[in-house]
Amino acid sequence: MSNGKKNEMSGSGRSLLEVSGVTLQYKTAHHLVTAAYKVDFSVEEAERYVILGPSGCGKSTLLKAVGGFMPPVEGSIRIRGREVTEPGPDRMMVFQEFEQLMPWKTVLQNVLFPMKVTRKFSGEEARKRARAAIDKVKLTPFLGVYPHMLSGGMKMRVAIARAMALEPDILLMDEPFAALDAITRRTMQQELLTLWNQLHFTMLFVTHSIEEAMIVGSRILILSPHPGRVRAELNTGAFDFNNMDDPEFGAMAKRIHGLLFDTQAKEPEPVTA
Amino acid sequence: MTTTERIPAAGTARPEFEREPIDASGIGNVERPLPLFERFYRNDVVQRTAIILLLIVIWEAYARWLDYALLFPTFTETVRVAFVDRAELWLRIAATMRALLIGYTAGLAVAAVFTTLAVASDFGARFLSTLTAMFNPLPAIALLPLALIWFGLGTPSLVFVIIHSVLWAVALNTLTGFRAVPETLRMSGRNLGLKGVRYVVLILVPAAFPSILAGLKIGWAFAWRTLIAAELVFGASSRSGGLGWYIFAARSELDTARVFAGLLAVIVIGLLVEAVIFRTIESRTVKLWGMQR
Repeated sequence: MSNGKKNEMSGSGRSLLEVSGVTLQYKTAHHLVTAAYKVDFSVEEAERYVILGPSGCGKSTLLKAVGGFMPPVEGSIRIRGREVTEPGPDRMMVFQEFEQLMPWKTVLQNVLFPMKVTRKFSGEEARKRARAAIDKVKLTPFLGVYPHMLSGGMKMRVAIARAMALEPDILLMDEPFAALDAITRRTMQQELLTLWNQLHFTMLFVTHSIEEAMIVGSRILILSPHPGRVRAELNTGAFDFNNMDDPEFGAMAKRIHGLLFDTQAKEPEPVTA
Repeated sequence: MTTTERIPAAGTARPEFEREPIDASGIGNVERPLPLFERFYRNDVVQRTAIILLLIVIWEAYARWLDYALLFPTFTETVRVAFVDRAELWLRIAATMRALLIGYTAGLAVAAVFTTLAVASDFGARFLSTLTAMFNPLPAIALLPLALIWFGLGTPSLVFVIIHSVLWAVALNTLTGFRAVPETLRMSGRNLGLKGVRYVVLILVPAAFPSILAGLKIGWAFAWRTLIAAELVFGASSRSGGLGWYIFAARSELDTARVFAGLLAVIVIGLLVEAVIFRTIESRTVKLWGMQR
């Protein structure tokens, strides 16, 4: 099956996002660190593509490179055929940290801001879109509230609404739920899937939780650590909250665990979400 | 014997239970306003007014007990003299405020240019931090003799020393504030394609506003202090003299009540600027945004 997909990809021409032969390096005070080495993958329209790997496998760096914050040393990153050279609103990022919201703007203003700045939508239309996006993440009662009054989960919802209201080509999510408590995290995963079922946006989602990757993702790219290299690509579109207790779910989790740690896992990964 | 009794056995767990949460309507509104009196005495303005009144009472009581007007006139006497002199005082205050506003504004403008350069390049940042390290410790009043040689007696000299006292405090604070803006916030700004001046104005300035405001406050205090001190030294150009000159002139006539009236005017203006202007800005910005308690 995965073979068939591969052929289809290369056959039907261009994917939405094409990452080919990308090597990423950055400098610290004393070292030149190679975060990712010759990484290839491609993301199709309306796919929920997850990059999974242990910490230090360069998955966040890879996401930043797609965001345009970091030029690859070799290889290329293309969105709809255009080479990525700098950050842009066609690739909206949702970060793990809560500081991504502007504390000096209310919920509504935070969602409006990107539309105004990029002039993609303006005036009445922008306001309508912002309200609709906020309504989708169930924050309408908090339109006029400043971020410091919101809980972590609510801030994350605002960030997601802000990114989606702009209708980017792809939504880049950098471990968006990692800083949330377990219960909120589960709720947010569910809400994200519900949103996707309504809107079918494309997302590239970075996580280090096997369970989250399987539930959120329709396809998972597994990276090996130090430097990040492609280990596997798996299709996980069949897994969601309803079949978490099925033996197939456990088997897949075990397989991923094995790929990540290069061992035959004796037990399935403990639930981390 | 006793120890074994204290360790609970693993098997003797309590029986489990599930139940509906109890009825909470008895507590009434979950969120309700505090009683009027409590809100009143918790009010900031009320408490501050009380502190000032207390200080005035102490002043008045001490002066009456001392009973030596040449050294320490009473509050009532000071206010009376200020009232008698009100026409002249207003004139002096106007002269002082004029020099102050020109100097403060010019200082802010120069600080804005310097910090913009410092944000734009590493060289600019080093340039600014070196200049700040050199000139910030230099008391503005020490530059006054030089200013007098360059610009002569009058407003230009005052403006020069005020610029010096405002510039470094504001520039240093603004730059520190810019540097403290969280990386995530910067990235979410750049994500939208913001660059250059738009990036600074739309992201960095509001994000660094607590530091910038602190710089403005320190700059204001430095400028005010420098100005009064400079006017005291000036002496001569009495016609256009400001509050400092008023105090200086009263001292040379040993008119202590007038010295006190001048000082009182300095304090009241400082208090008003802090309590009215800066507090209003604070409560409408950094406090509202939850950046400051």
